[in-house]
Amino acid sequence: MTEKQKPLLQVRDLRTYFNVEGQTAKAVDGVSFDIRENEVFGLVGESGSGKSVTALSVLRLIPNPPGDIVGGAIHFRGESLLDLPWAEMRKIRGNRISMIFQEPMTALNPVFTIGFQLIEGIRLHTGCSKDEAEVKAAEMLDLVGIPDGLRRLSDYPHQFSGGMRQRAMIAMALSLTPNLLIADEPTTALDVTIQSQILELMLEMRTKTDGASILLITHDLAVVAETCQRVAVMYGGKIQEISEVIPLFEDPKHPYTQGLLKSLPRPDQGKVRRLPTIPGIVPSILHMPPGCKFADRCPERFERCDREEPELREIEPGRFCRCHLHDEEGRS
Amino acid sequence: MISNKPILEFQDLHVHFPIHAGVFLRHVGDVKAVDGVSLKVMDGETLGLVGESGCGKTTTGKAVVRLAPPTQGKIVFHPREGNPVDLVSLDRAGMRPYRAEIQMIFQDPYSSLNPRWSVGDIIAEPLTVHEPGLSHAERDDRVAWLLEKVGLTGEQAHRYPHEFSGGQRQRVGIARALATRPRLVIADEPVSALDVSIQAQVINLMQDLQEEFGLSYLFIAHDLSVVEHISHRVAVMYLGNIVEVGPVETINDAPIHPYTRALLSAVPLPDPRPGRPERIRLQGEPPSPLNKPSGCPFRTRCPHAIASCAESIPPLVEVTPGHEVACPVMLDQASRSRG
Repeated sequence: MTEKQKPLLQVRDLRTYFNVEGQTAKAVDGVSFDIRENEVFGLVGESGSGKSVTALSVLRLIPNPPGDIVGGAIHFRGESLLDLPWAEMRKIRGNRISMIFQEPMTALNPVFTIGFQLIEGIRLHTGCSKDEAEVKAAEMLDLVGIPDGLRRLSDYPHQFSGGMRQRAMIAMALSLTPNLLIADEPTTALDVTIQSQILELMLEMRTKTDGASILLITHDLAVVAETCQRVAVMYGGKIQEISEVIPLFEDPKHPYTQGLLKSLPRPDQGKVRRLPTIPGIVPSILHMPPGCKFADRCPERFERCDREEPELREIEPGRFCRCHLHDEEGRS
Repeated sequence: MISNKPILEFQDLHVHFPIHAGVFLRHVGDVKAVDGVSLKVMDGETLGLVGESGCGKTTTGKAVVRLAPPTQGKIVFHPREGNPVDLVSLDRAGMRPYRAEIQMIFQDPYSSLNPRWSVGDIIAEPLTVHEPGLSHAERDDRVAWLLEKVGLTGEQAHRYPHEFSGGQRQRVGIARALATRPRLVIADEPVSALDVSIQAQVINLMQDLQEEFGLSYLFIAHDLSVVEHISHRVAVMYLGNIVEVGPVETINDAPIHPYTRALLSAVPLPDPRPGRPERIRLQGEPPSPLNKPSGCPFRTRCPHAIASCAESIPPLVEVTPGHEVACPVMLDQASRSRG
């Protein structure tokens, strides 16, 4: 671990709950993590683990009702985002923190041209003239690998392929040189050859612009391995493990992380007949077990796991794990 | 056990979708979804069919069960009893006796099950068509048995699809496919919609069922690591053509076609340590099947393309037993380096 750096984004004990048919769904329940300057931080988990809600909470884009951020703190460059007035928050969105989504077709407005949507954002945040914004927009398209950017500005989203739409989204997100880019499953809807192009582009754009940090949200551990420096593994609305990426893959500490990694088919490591699996299914968000959220699927489960939820504690410098196996009491 | 007898043979299969435009709806072109595919599925094996979106892999699968109409070529099926039959030449009624032996599993476990039917009814429906002689009690027994085979319980027959998770729904889809005792199952992206921890469960289930019932799978997917795990042989498809086919080990360790190489090299690996070989970067995106390039479909993105690649669609040539490649340029290089 290097010397202590001041975090760019600090999330502490974030709680985002949804009201579902009169019951409380704790989608995000006490999430804490830091993103440092110039870092690619992965947030990985299966569907329903709360990773996307965490990202939307950072931008305060949780639809209310039914959702609400009921507790915790989010500090961005020292400023408390949850206390900002709405108008100030709008200045941060798209400008200092921007986001790209999984499905570029639904994130782009189909009835406006790509150029209109790019220029709108640039003008809104910089107040520059239309012509200046247009030049900037064309430059951005060229930069993300859409040749002939100026002409493509007058195209509509449907005239772009899936990969090009995601490139346009990245151009849009980075046109204002944000400090933090939140990418929510940015390549899940794309083919592998296009996926590797887009991931490479995202990393490359960090050096071309001012070295933004990236919060990469994904279900795909392989994508994490190839792009991130640190990673948090989420399950049941909570972070179960945080680690630098190489130790996480070489020596995962949490039984859930261990199970996930083992269940991936690895043709590059020779053929195995059967994949090890994690038994059972993800518990319903409305009926989470009282103790450890992973207890009923965990091969290491013992009595205390059902009774008492473990804390996320630092078990080695820079490594956090939420598991009773790794505290002083251990299996007792 | 894998036999050396085929169960299904595609012979120069074409599926073209006509495009009509203008006031008189003139025929202005064709989407060449499948453009001359020849491929065999052996009895008892899993043949993986991989490719990117729009390459025609799903249409190839659908053509077998007539969900996509072949425009040219043959699909020869070897039934349990009787002589091989060309499915393309059959009409609806003629096709019916073979439908029990060929079943399909779909990608999306949410939309492929009727939400208004109980799971028991969903699984029993193929039985009422193909085994009308069964009594109610016999049918219920069979449904319960099928549910247990796929890792659910007989009591769950009365529940509805929304009461199940994605992985459980996919199990229901598998149980429905197994109801008619099929020999060939066309599985179109059966695990793509599932979470990682559930994906492994369903893959294992499919392998167990293959062993128990001697099923053959045509396993269609875009995820190479899944395909390589489950398949005995792999066929790689690009823009309506098979560019390479061979035993899974050969495709994984010694791919020859430039597209197969690029595809394998683009797959992210769950291993963050440095030292991965340099990526083969493909420029651009696949052309539309509406405007297929002349000659080799891959030549517009291929780093090894030469002028003659534009002339005709290269045929598959056998390099080693069972390993076929459709790339004269690479084959030429290989034979020259061998001297």
